[in-house]
Amino acid sequence: MTQPVSPPRGSSTGKVPPAQPPAWRGVLVRADVRTLSLLGVLAALILIGGITKPDEFLDTRNLQLVLTQASVIGVVTVGMTFVIVSGGIDLSVGAIVALASVWATTLATQEYGFAGILFTAMVVGVGCGLVNGVLIAYGAMVPFIATLAMLASARGLALQITDGKTQIVTVPSVLDLGERDAYVLGIPPLVLVFAVVTVIGWLVLNRTTFGRRTVAVGGNPEAARLAGIDVRRQRLYLYLLSGLCCGIAAFLLIVLAGSGQNTNGNLYELDAIAAAIIGGTLLTGGRGTITGSVLGVLIFTTITNIFALNNLQSDVQQIAKGAIIVAAVLVQRRTASTT
Amino acid sequence: MAPEPPLLSMSGITKSFPGVRALDGVDLDVQAGEVHCLLGQNGAGKSTLIKVLAGAHQPDTGGIRWRGEEVTLRSPIAAMRLGIATIYQELDLVEHLSVAENVHLGHEPTTAGFVVRGKAARASTAALLKRLGHPEIDPARLVGELPAAQQQIVSMARALSHDVRLIVMDEPSAALDPDEVDNLFRIVGGLTAAGVAVVYISHRLEEIRRIGDRVTVLKDGRAVANGLPAKSTPTREVVALMTGRNVEYVFPDRPVSTPTGEPVLKIRGLSRQGEFEAFDLDVRPGEIVGLAGLVGSGRSEILETVYGARKPTTGQVQVGGKALKPGSVRAAVRAGLGLAPEERKAQALLMLESVTRNVSVSSMSRFSRAGWIDRGAELGAARAATRELSLRPDNPSVPVRTLSGGNQQKAVLARWLLRGCKVLLLDEPTRGVDVGARAELYAVIRRLADEGLAVLLVSSEVPEVLGLADRVLVLREGRVVHTASARELDEHRVLDLVMEGSPAS
Repeated sequence: MTQPVSPPRGSSTGKVPPAQPPAWRGVLVRADVRTLSLLGVLAALILIGGITKPDEFLDTRNLQLVLTQASVIGVVTVGMTFVIVSGGIDLSVGAIVALASVWATTLATQEYGFAGILFTAMVVGVGCGLVNGVLIAYGAMVPFIATLAMLASARGLALQITDGKTQIVTVPSVLDLGERDAYVLGIPPLVLVFAVVTVIGWLVLNRTTFGRRTVAVGGNPEAARLAGIDVRRQRLYLYLLSGLCCGIAAFLLIVLAGSGQNTNGNLYELDAIAAAIIGGTLLTGGRGTITGSVLGVLIFTTITNIFALNNLQSDVQQIAKGAIIVAAVLVQRRTASTT
Repeated sequence: MAPEPPLLSMSGITKSFPGVRALDGVDLDVQAGEVHCLLGQNGAGKSTLIKVLAGAHQPDTGGIRWRGEEVTLRSPIAAMRLGIATIYQELDLVEHLSVAENVHLGHEPTTAGFVVRGKAARASTAALLKRLGHPEIDPARLVGELPAAQQQIVSMARALSHDVRLIVMDEPSAALDPDEVDNLFRIVGGLTAAGVAVVYISHRLEEIRRIGDRVTVLKDGRAVANGLPAKSTPTREVVALMTGRNVEYVFPDRPVSTPTGEPVLKIRGLSRQGEFEAFDLDVRPGEIVGLAGLVGSGRSEILETVYGARKPTTGQVQVGGKALKPGSVRAAVRAGLGLAPEERKAQALLMLESVTRNVSVSSMSRFSRAGWIDRGAELGAARAATRELSLRPDNPSVPVRTLSGGNQQKAVLARWLLRGCKVLLLDEPTRGVDVGARAELYAVIRRLADEGLAVLLVSSEVPEVLGLADRVLVLREGRVVHTASARELDEHRVLDLVMEGSPAS
């Protein structure tokens, strides 16, 4: 070190506070206010569910069902979070899920069995992401428009493939994944896939150069470019990633429903964007967390479940969801301005 | 009888933004019927001052008196009600509305309070346009279809559609041809004859001589001269006020021997249509070369073209003997170039991120294996680089937005230091840096050069170029008009070179 360091900071480890705060406070500080408040909301919902329908809601089967339902949209939301953090948007996720799920369940594909279905779903997802990414990154199209066009085309193609019919899956190994026998320690395999995608997503966003570039491109694209980052290539990769997540989600949906339909994934784009936003992802890019998005998904899925158990219609659910989005954004703006 | 109070009197206006004090106790008096010119380099505080005057910014301290009475300009509407209109440089017109709709935006003539009387609006707009000497503009046309000069006239018509007593014009001549400028001056003359005051902002000194009555010069957020006579103050004095130093900076000593190594940066015949022509330069390791020139001389454009952020029309840039791919920032960074751009917040920093992440962003591959970042190594390297530059606070985990301007600049320099770059391109390195923190930044830049970096420096402050650089190139209108060792030049000589061709003082 060539620089003299001022006396109070003379230690080589940098700033050392006079007294170490207890370890639990460190944990609290790290899990920021936003995550804690989301956990609080989720806990409150579980409490409400437990009080209103103690037997049904807390039943293991019901909890397994909630988590399974969260898995499909959750995987999509992880990909969406990356795209939004980079300053983009992907409106085509629901349509890609639909297209991937029907393409992977055609009679021709089913002949190749488990691997054929899984592979096709992923390839279709990545292929759609590639088209999105090329149009946005190299064709300089606005993400909203490019993915809106993909939404329309992919849905149309899905309808063309199925002709509006439900394609029943006859491959036993795929169907078995959804059965109780396949549960690992009581956890459905679909939920395990969701958990693995979440952990990988968190690691990629927080611990890799890919994640850093994503944040930089979203936070200040001009600064990222002048710092030597290939902004366009990064954008391309992000839509590929979102497409891949849609492909995985499509496979989960095939397992869950035992079929492929062109109406699959309807309005997933709105659910995924909403979950990311209540999780604290800035729609303008540059900030967002996988933890927040996943909590957002769990909150929405739990609400849906509680409402269904209490025989409330879906219109009431929709109103509640809207209110939660508004409340979450208002709370976040307050905490953002005070910290 | 007491003397008439000035139409507008702003006193002791201060305004701070995170990291920078944009206005630091500025006074401005404007009389009815005068053209009061506001001069200053980019970043001197002109835009902030006129935004305060327009009610778009609220001052932190200071008072505004309007016709002798204390007023608070809470919003643009409040300013407009008093009769203050502002014509911004970036025209604030709605392209998809017609000329008449734009002129009357927000105060449309109506029947029964809500039915817009389009015909009346078009008629009054036509009258305003005629008064402005442009009866050929059709009030029914869409603004987006008009050329820039005519859009400006529309903007002016909008200002005049209110009962206006003071008009602020932010570089109105920038987009105009010479004969259109004549028309602009005729309009300004007509306004002042009717008792309207004009606050006129321009970089062009000859315009200020032609139409100005008094001049206020801003520098570093302070008024360094108030109400000078516009026609009789010598040009050199005005330019010296704009570009000169108001504090004696301590510049670091130059090395005893001039560097003689092989040039690391070679620029040959670099040109960009309409910006600069046939630019040649060699920079050796350990050398600081300065580019001096006024706004529009091509100085920043050259720097950005060398860095690949703009694509040259012709010419070549070589680093370490290898030609760079033109127009590719990535190629430039890989070859060892680093840029500290003029607009630090917009072009260099990730404001939501920590210092560490801002410093490491260009060298992430150094701390990662297969894309996986070793955060311990990253933090250690960022800490070493920021300590090397004495960045304060000595904690690279703090968000970069909490740093002062000088320390934010050090974070940008640390980024390139960590990357191990060979050539550092500095565009206005002390812009937005507190006067007191500049000397330290100068010392840092000199030390980096002494350690073997080649530095190419652009600054609008002549003393800064002369004090810091070893060699100086003086630019005017995209051409190098003089090259000399900094020791052989003084401020007056450079000012003469920079202004040659402007009317003699």
